[in-house]
Amino acid sequence: MKMTRIAALAVISVITLISMVGSLLPGFDYRLQDRKHFSEGPSYEHWLGTDAVGRDRLARLVHGARVSFLLAPAAAGLSVFLAFVMGAAPGFAGGVTERIAKSMIDLALSLPWFFLLLMVRAVLPLNTSSGASAAITFFMLGLLGWGVPARILLARAKRLMQSEFVLLARASGVSERRLFCVHVLPNLLPVMMAQFWIAVPVLILAEANLSLLGLGVAEPLPSLGSLLRDLESVLSVRSDLSNFAPLLVLVAMVSSMQIAFAKREVC
Amino acid sequence: MSTWRTITNRLVTVSLVILAGAFISATLVRYAPGFGTDEQQLDARLSRESIQALRSESSAERNVAPYYVGWLRRTLRGDLGTSRSMGRPVSQLLIERAGTTLRVVAKSLTIAWIAAVSLVVATWTVHSAPLEKTCTIASGLLLCLPVGAVALLLILLNGPGYLALVAIVFSKVHRYLSDLVGATGGMSHIVAARAKGISELRLLFWHVIPAIRREVLALAGVSIALAVNAAIPVEALCGIPGIGQLAWHSALARDLPVLLNVSWLVIAFTVLANSGADLLADERGRTA
Repeated sequence: MKMTRIAALAVISVITLISMVGSLLPGFDYRLQDRKHFSEGPSYEHWLGTDAVGRDRLARLVHGARVSFLLAPAAAGLSVFLAFVMGAAPGFAGGVTERIAKSMIDLALSLPWFFLLLMVRAVLPLNTSSGASAAITFFMLGLLGWGVPARILLARAKRLMQSEFVLLARASGVSERRLFCVHVLPNLLPVMMAQFWIAVPVLILAEANLSLLGLGVAEPLPSLGSLLRDLESVLSVRSDLSNFAPLLVLVAMVSSMQIAFAKREVC
Repeated sequence: MSTWRTITNRLVTVSLVILAGAFISATLVRYAPGFGTDEQQLDARLSRESIQALRSESSAERNVAPYYVGWLRRTLRGDLGTSRSMGRPVSQLLIERAGTTLRVVAKSLTIAWIAAVSLVVATWTVHSAPLEKTCTIASGLLLCLPVGAVALLLILLNGPGYLALVAIVFSKVHRYLSDLVGATGGMSHIVAARAKGISELRLLFWHVIPAIRREVLALAGVSIALAVNAAIPVEALCGIPGIGQLAWHSALARDLPVLLNVSWLVIAFTVLANSGADLLADERGRTA
């Protein structure tokens, strides 16, 4: 199992490194259109071929991976922060605050967030830039994804508050602030980290689903999800297997993340 | 009496959650950047007066509280409004398409659950490591695929679109069920029963399943919500004329009356399904 984790971490590192370094290389522009080569298969000039408007598929894949791998962790960070506010803090406070937080978490878990996301994404201004659409999409994903981590953090905070070392600290006259910062928070950090790493692939997949519907990151900026839209053209899939490259990268990345960061013991 | 009280409490909670969910939908839409702008305003043929009229129409919806109260009042009267993009009553559109979505979701859930339960039972009784690993890898791989990509792959293979829903629900249900059964299998009373020579099937159905029934019923509720959510990309990409496709078309056309009503209906359906599963689990727990 340890070897599998190391292999998974290696896959994530390689893909991330390629996407970060590759997208900075000169001439590797995702917007550049080769007017002589439209919808072509792999060649010496374009290793993964070109899309319908002559853009290099490899350059778009590398840039798309960078967009997804940079923005998904940011969104996951937002989700975990909100989960901390809505779960860990009320779990520490207890009483009415905890009951209100529990009701809000139950509400958040009951709502079909994909529908809400679709709705919000639909009303974005028509002239929204592609960068802004990417930021808003991931921001919304982060904003709506706090339910599950909040429930886990609340349960963990509550359990910690009932533990013997917290009772002992309280009996010793430790202030509430010090109790939280010195004793409770360090014990919550591993759970928060685990929730963060669990959220990243979930958010990448959610963005992919939105983009497949044309409601994710807007053109010309690529993301792994928006690149998957090329699969929609069934005929082009049949003629050119390189269209599957984004899907393979996505699957490799998400499965590696799931293996490498599956910390069930702290969840 | 106690059962009726539980049901009443649950119904009150469900109603409150539905109202809160609808309010959240309305608030999210109201504060989303771009609210109040209409595609029609970019139409070069429209005069300045017409554009102004369009703007003042949308400005009536700017204050979220009166907007929500007005929408709620109309909804309680049975008036769900008219679709801006299709020019037809929203209720008519929903009635036309609800049957298709319900059929697709029901069929997918049935197949996914039968497949997941059969594989878990087979893995439990056969004790075959290769079978267990194959199932784990298959469900793990399906978990890593966006449902939209599975739908597109099915189009490529000329397969029915609902199988994408089956794949997504199966992966989650199988993973969770096998984890649950595995964890319960290690409990001391199960180990003792096995040591006494009770057959594996009897052990599973008489000792393991009763111990995990609450979690399984909760999973049933969650799987309904999962299938309903995944129905949007599947119906949109596979051309299935259901609620999901309607939601997608409305999202592209910025048709807010349809989107808001679809949203609260889906919320109601999801919350009722979850509460039904919870109620059943509580009831079973009490009678056991």
